[in-house]
Amino acid sequence: MAMKRREFLKIAGLSAAAGIGGFSALSLVKNGLLEASQYNRDPKELKASRWGLVIDMSKFQDKEAMRKISAICHKKHNVPEISNPSHEIKWIWTESFEHAFPGQESPYMGDEIKHQPYLVLCNHCDNPPCVRVCPTKATFKRADGIVMMDMHRCIGCRFCMAACPYGARSFNFINPRPFIKEQNPEFPTRMKGVVEKCTLCYELLAIGKPPACAEQSNGAIVFGDLKDPNSEVRKLIATNFTIRRKPDLGTLPSVFYIVSGKEKTGGHEHAG
Amino acid sequence: MYDSGKIIAGIVIFLLFVTFPFYYNMGKAVAKPDPSVDTPVIKQMEKKQCIESKQAMKTLHMQLLNDWRDAVVRDGQRLYVATDGKSYNMSLQNTCMHCHSNKKKFCDECHNYMAVKPYCWDCHIQPKEGA
Repeated sequence: MAMKRREFLKIAGLSAAAGIGGFSALSLVKNGLLEASQYNRDPKELKASRWGLVIDMSKFQDKEAMRKISAICHKKHNVPEISNPSHEIKWIWTESFEHAFPGQESPYMGDEIKHQPYLVLCNHCDNPPCVRVCPTKATFKRADGIVMMDMHRCIGCRFCMAACPYGARSFNFINPRPFIKEQNPEFPTRMKGVVEKCTLCYELLAIGKPPACAEQSNGAIVFGDLKDPNSEVRKLIATNFTIRRKPDLGTLPSVFYIVSGKEKTGGHEHAG
Repeated sequence: MYDSGKIIAGIVIFLLFVTFPFYYNMGKAVAKPDPSVDTPVIKQMEKKQCIESKQAMKTLHMQLLNDWRDAVVRDGQRLYVATDGKSYNMSLQNTCMHCHSNKKKFCDECHNYMAVKPYCWDCHIQPKEGA
């Protein structure tokens, strides 16, 4: 059958139009199925302009109290217990003073301050270097200041681990599942090949509960809004001398430490 | 045509090889997937209705789950208000699998048939199944 060019173009144009029109009509039908649905925030959710923590080191009875807090956090979030230190995963753990606060030690510091362990976790920085380097935006800063991880997007490049000056991030070199003693069925685990860290219990804040570490600390960890001048954290920071980890790096951490040696009878007077 | 014997034989062998999967599987129909919603929680429901219509869930569950995870993880929105006005917590592990506790018969049945391998369960904990 011979066809004139004019007719061919007519038919081609019509079929293209039908194709595009049909496709969009189909997608309209599809979207129409759920047209009336919408997403909402939970009204119970705790809200803030910038979440922060104040950790009063003098209120921890002993190292065991800190270990208990990290055990509770790790259990709640299905963090595996891997004994091999190069595969270890940690969200909240203890560190010595010189490792937690390098450059802030002095030779005349009291033994208590110098040698007690310090509870450390992700600082949820105001200027987080991990967020800046993440190529997939798997880690991002929420409006309320939480530095979040979207495990669905993490490609395991570990740029964030190189960027974080606090060592707050751990990489899953091996499948973590066999190392989780008791799974919390309400929270997911992670898989091999993703980076994880503390998320300030965003899943608890969303239902109106404070982070697990703050709740379990008997008042040693206070959680609140740093932008609210009447909040408990602001009052503590205003009335105590607080230090932050590596402040000179400009990451503006949201975790403040009250460091004061416990009063001890029997005179441990090393600081002269 | 030069070497017609070799060429034709080659073409025949090639065609036989390429069509091998078709005649190898001929007459061996794989059983149609038969997903089941037969779980204790669903049995107790008066009106057996998912969060949206069956039709919508069938065609759109993957998009829905994808939108949910972005809404929850990235935007902090946790409540899904369905077309009928009812509100649900957006959670695969805690909401979907609470009713659909039979992952093998509910999820895997079709996914295996269609050879799709969603990676949900690499991280999300699947419900414990008796069988």
